[in-house]
Amino acid sequence: MNDKPEGVVLTEEQRRRRRARSIAIALVLAGLAILFYAVTIVKIGPQVLNRPL
Amino acid sequence: MSLVNDSVLAKRTVRAAERPDLAEVRDYFELLKPRVMSLVVFTALVGLVRAPAELHPVLGFTALLCIAVGAGASGALNMWWDADIDARMSRTASRPIPAGRVEPGEALSFGLVLAAGSVLLLGLFVGWLAAALLAFTIFFYAVIYSMWLKRWTPQNIVIGGAAGAFPPMIGWAAATGSISLESVLLFLIIFFWTPPHFWALALLKKDDYARAGVPMLPVVAGDDETRRQIVLYSLILVPLGVAPAFFGYAGTAYGVASALLGGAFLLSAFDVWCRREGAAAVAAARRLFGFSILYLFLLFAILLAEPLIG
Repeated sequence: MNDKPEGVVLTEEQRRRRRARSIAIALVLAGLAILFYAVTIVKIGPQVLNRPL
Repeated sequence: MSLVNDSVLAKRTVRAAERPDLAEVRDYFELLKPRVMSLVVFTALVGLVRAPAELHPVLGFTALLCIAVGAGASGALNMWWDADIDARMSRTASRPIPAGRVEPGEALSFGLVLAAGSVLLLGLFVGWLAAALLAFTIFFYAVIYSMWLKRWTPQNIVIGGAAGAFPPMIGWAAATGSISLESVLLFLIIFFWTPPHFWALALLKKDDYARAGVPMLPVVAGDDETRRQIVLYSLILVPLGVAPAFFGYAGTAYGVASALLGGAFLLSAFDVWCRREGAAAVAAARRLFGFSILYLFLLFAILLAEPLIG
């Protein structure tokens, strides 16, 4: 049988670039999570826990 | 079933070969026009700092981030729309889309997502007036300027310059929640600075613009008319540059510096008007282009420094 992998096969360079893009997206998402947390604390502060049960 | 799968795989393989997936992270960053973005952040920061209201540093940072990303989004949308023009101009031929590193559709969705995200975050976290101004700025640059004015009229950069003039107003609105004469003055300084700045460049890159079919003033009306308009707009710009000190919004340091820098700007503009032939004309236009950047940078840097120094 054919040993070649089926489907789209990326070159080493394409793989490297896709990995770099994935890392960049991860960093942006992490940055957004930190930003949302910081803004929530600044805008609401301790009141974040003060809500009706 | 196997036949169907084979056919799907074959199509995917062909698509992968057509589109080599070469985009690097820096290509997406380049779509944001980082140099324009840095000027936008700088002028927006001046609007934030000069505004007579306190904004928490985290919210101030968020506002600047949203304004920067919004400006980047309009840059990406501009590159998506202008890819055909960019491919024909030496200055822009290596941009990610004409160079084939990013697909036009990717740039479009990248720009739209960033535009929507930046406006929404600015509205939710800082204020809806600032968000509305940012949304209008993105719309103005991407639709009014890029899609309509740029290929239609030699007044393209005069009217389109408004998009670059809004950031200090957005910064001001982020801090105060309002628009005032001071922020309108900052807008007007950038608005009237844009034509002499870009026309000095257009004098140098006239052939490029002509080849791309962009009706810049030197292409349509000639070099001499462009030089006349540069002087006229400079005569309006320089008093506007001094106006913040005249109205008492800025200090003595700004007043003196803006008058001196304004005088140098006018000399540079008249130099372009006088030297019309050969290497001297090219050098004069290049000097004005370079000095115009320094002029705007120094005016806003002093406006930024005054309240910080006290």
